[in-house]
Amino acid sequence: MAKKYELNEVEVWDGNMAAAQALRQAQVDVVAAYPITPSTPIVQNYSQFLADGYVDGDFIMVESEHSAMSGCVAASAAGARAATATSSQGFALMVEVLYQASGMRLPIVLTVVNRALAAPLNVNGDHSDMYLGRDAGWINLCSYNPQEAYDLTLMAFKIGEDLDVRLPVMVHQDGFLCSHTAQNVRPLQDEVATEFVGEYKPVNSMLDVSNPVTHGVQTEEDWHFEHKARQHNDLMNSKKVIKRVFEEFKDLTGREYDFVYKYKMDDADIAIFALGTTVESAQVAADKMREEGIKAGVVSLRVLRPFPFEEVQDAFSNIKAVAVMDRSAPGGTFGALFNEISAAMLAAGKSPIILNYIYGLGGRDTTIEHLVDIYRQLDECAKAGERKYPLQQFIGLRGPKLSFY
Amino acid sequence: MLEIRWHSRAGQGAVTGAKGLADVVANTGKFVQAFAFYGSAKRGAAMTAYNRVDDKPILNHEKFMRPDYVLVIDPGLTYTADITANEKEDTKYIITTHLSKEELINAQPKLKGKEVYVVDCMQISLDTIGRAIPNTPMLGALMKVSGMFDLDYFQNAMKKVLSKFPQKIIDANMAAIERAYNEVK
Repeated sequence: MAKKYELNEVEVWDGNMAAAQALRQAQVDVVAAYPITPSTPIVQNYSQFLADGYVDGDFIMVESEHSAMSGCVAASAAGARAATATSSQGFALMVEVLYQASGMRLPIVLTVVNRALAAPLNVNGDHSDMYLGRDAGWINLCSYNPQEAYDLTLMAFKIGEDLDVRLPVMVHQDGFLCSHTAQNVRPLQDEVATEFVGEYKPVNSMLDVSNPVTHGVQTEEDWHFEHKARQHNDLMNSKKVIKRVFEEFKDLTGREYDFVYKYKMDDADIAIFALGTTVESAQVAADKMREEGIKAGVVSLRVLRPFPFEEVQDAFSNIKAVAVMDRSAPGGTFGALFNEISAAMLAAGKSPIILNYIYGLGGRDTTIEHLVDIYRQLDECAKAGERKYPLQQFIGLRGPKLSFY
Repeated sequence: MLEIRWHSRAGQGAVTGAKGLADVVANTGKFVQAFAFYGSAKRGAAMTAYNRVDDKPILNHEKFMRPDYVLVIDPGLTYTADITANEKEDTKYIITTHLSKEELINAQPKLKGKEVYVVDCMQISLDTIGRAIPNTPMLGALMKVSGMFDLDYFQNAMKKVLSKFPQKIIDANMAAIERAYNEVK
């Protein structure tokens, strides 16, 4: 029986500690891990908890991230609750197995501390790794601060393990800006958190020898398409369970989560759309604009996958100009979020002015001033009723201004 | 919003100091942030750590800061680091040095005309803790200069933060905080 961890009503935790504490309270059976900056402290803290008697489970140090996710797949298929953490290159090495996990319908939880992808080598934050895994068939939850990293990690187990879902879940947080920034966090007491997450319910467990099953079989043309279609169908329909878990969490804690996060959007003319810690900084910038009488708002995704298409359409229903910010090198096109938001607007028959801003690559600071500048461009477009700036701009970049279209 | 920038060398405890301060402040119901820039810094490399304190939740995640206080816990960094970067008109400097305030300002003229306080955190930590860990004495000096908390309250709060350490180390840190509180000029 694991020991109870003494927790204050308010702790000062960075995002890594917050995620590690949530994994501890979820009483994961198997954590297979290969640490990498900046997510290292998640598994480091977790292994310390285990060594100190706060966890009943196994911690397996493996020789690569590919093996870490393979270990989680094996443990999960065997009938155990499994989780791990990674970032950047480690995430990249896991990609092959991410698709195996979702295809085998194994509800593994992966806490991702977002970091740039090499080359050039860089340990700091951006969303390249998040974007790399976005089609892997996982549910993707996004946090903007350590409290949310904690809350969403707890909820991830309950969502993914639900019998109507049975899909793996990633919880994203920004490298350093969240993972290494200590802030006020209100944790649940152990017994409350553990009860919320609930007992793990094995499905088609390989260790259940009275019901022999196989996982990850070869299907070829005969069944592959049906498997992938059902997987997509269940991922799309997981919204019902996500909504229910958000509601249960609100009843328990008073903390409210929704598919789309909105700040001062009721009367907004212009809006910034971003992910991660920038969502919070943008609120500071929006308030500055509002002091000048400019009606600025902020929108973000809490759930990146399944993509909340209708909620995004609603969020922007009365907006005149939107800046969609992508924190990943777009690799020869527009940022992925710009494309997705644009598609949602087009399908809704709306045509606000939509600009794409590439920002913060490799940890480049995004200041309140940068965000205010973006709002000023949007305001100019909104007032003129036409696009006054290039469709894609790089902000916070040294040297000559870079823009396209 | 109160903003603090620490100048330190990796290994001198600026991150621990910033987190310790955040812990103490959070217990009073305020909101805090403590963070640092690491890069791939090795032990001994110059680095900066930061605190933000406010009465409402802190949403600002920019690294850019105009500090109200600059805390320099390594004497050499007064000369080699850009300790006055992004300063405000009323930024206060608390600097670890064995020099008097006048000697320090003569040695580093860019501090002239600024609100400068000096305290020898290195000597204090060597005398009390037995190692050059200048972070807790700097917090003692900060309490005196800022008036954030009185000495007794702060020492009691820090005892809780340090509770995982042996009593001997806690006592040494309390002595270091008290000496710096009394000696900062």
